[in-house]
Order: sequence, then structure tokens, then C-alpha cells
Amino acid sequence: MKNLDSVFAAYMVGWGVFFLYQLTVSRRVASLRDEIEQLRISLKREK
Amino acid sequence: MKKNLFALLVVLMLGWAAYASFFVAPTENTMGVIQRIFYLHMPSAIVAFCAFLVTFVANLLYVFRRQQRWDWLAVSAAEVGLAYITVVLITGPIWAHPVWGIWWTWDARLTSTFVLWLLYISYLLLRTLIEDPHRRALASAVYGIFAFLDVPLVHMSIRWWRTQHPQPVLMGGPGTGLDSRMKIVLLYSFIALLSLMIFLVRQRYELEAMRGQADVLRREAEAA
Repeated sequence: MKNLDSVFAAYMVGWGVFFLYQLTVSRRVASLRDEIEQLRISLKREK
Repeated sequence: MKKNLFALLVVLMLGWAAYASFFVAPTENTMGVIQRIFYLHMPSAIVAFCAFLVTFVANLLYVFRRQQRWDWLAVSAAEVGLAYITVVLITGPIWAHPVWGIWWTWDARLTSTFVLWLLYISYLLLRTLIEDPHRRALASAVYGIFAFLDVPLVHMSIRWWRTQHPQPVLMGGPGTGLDSRMKIVLLYSFIALLSLMIFLVRQRYELEAMRGQADVLRREAEAA
């Protein structure tokens, strides 16, 4: 099967881009959730 | 729970679309197996256009209504659209090299697609330069409305100019068309990638809404 490696490469890179993007968004959500929690705790303490 | 179920559904649809691209779609006569990249390349391009259309509409709504949620939606869809257009720009040359003998050429379709990628990278960069959320939203909304003008140009480029990129296979006029099994696999792939786009935009919107919430809390903490 000529060029099958190129087809696999295209799919791997394509799905890789989507996977990495999803991963970065998940990480940003998790880190922001922690920051919001910290801010809430510090605001409660000050009150 | 609903979100996890939708994520599972998206993964299943993507798996099925990948299986169909390799094992259900027939091998194209002229190009052979390399043509199977088509089932990732073309739907990714259409889904990217859909995402940029969402950004365009949200930008217009922000300009007229000045509600923060439209800005959040616009930036979310722009970032997701950029991921899709990146996939188009990577898979295209991998397909082109064995078929054309070159990785890239500056024809109207490829150049306008590359410009589209640069326009939306600039859209995201512009947002990092303005601190005030309302000024940032307005400036990027106005910019985003103009950036969208490249989308119809990319779409029509293969009809308006002679290009190295193939002419349209769907609705391309006489002598064009696809095998019925190819059409079905293309439709599967489009639906799967569109569902992934909806999932990613929702997740990215959640992040943007949380940023808004964090900004409010930071201001409260500074004032206290």
C-alpha cells in the first residue's frame, strides 16, 4: 500500500493537534478553578 | 454527567469516522490510498469555517449588545477554529507531497488559507495586548468582523482562480462528484468533527467565563 505511512502520519498529527488543544484547555480550566477557590478563601478570611 | 456523556459520544463518533475513512471508503483510482486524508482534511476545513462563522456572529452581537458572553463565545470559537485550520494546513502538505511532488505552493487557495490562519492568530494576539475587558472585547470584535471576510475568499478561491489545489468535488458543476460511499464517509467525518468542535467550544467558553469570574474576585480582593 503506497503512501499508507503518509496517511497514518496525517491522521496522527491531526488527532494530535485536537488532543493537545483539549489537554491545554482542561489544564487552564483546572488551574483557574484552583485560583478562584484561593481567591474565595482569601476574601472570606478578610471579611 | 451530561458533559461526560457528550464527550464519550464525540470519542465514539471520531473513532467510527476514522474506521470508516480507512475501511469503509473505497480507494480512489488515481491517487490511491493517500486520498483517504481527504476525510480529515476537508471536514476540518468546513468545521473551521463554521467556528469562524460563530466568531463572526458573536462579534457582531457584541458590537450591538455589548454583553460579555458574546465576547467569550467569539474568542472560544476563534481558538477552536484556529486548531482546525492548523490541522488543514498540516494535512494538506502531507497529501500534496506524493501527489503534486511539492509540499507547498503559493496558489490562491493555499495562500488565502494561510492568511486566514495568520488573521486568527493575530485576533488572539490582539486580545493579549489590551488590559481593559470592554476595550479588548470591542477591539477584537471589530477586528474579527473584518478577519471573517477571508473565509468566503478561501471558499471561492478555487472557483475564481486557476489553482494547483483541486477544483471542488461537491457542487462543483459538471464532471465533478463523489462516489456514494465516499459521500457517506465524508458526512460521518464532518458530523464527528463538528461534534468535537461543539464540545471544545463549550469547554473553552467555560474557561473564558471562569476568567471573567476570577477578574471580579481579583478586583474584590484588591479593594478589600
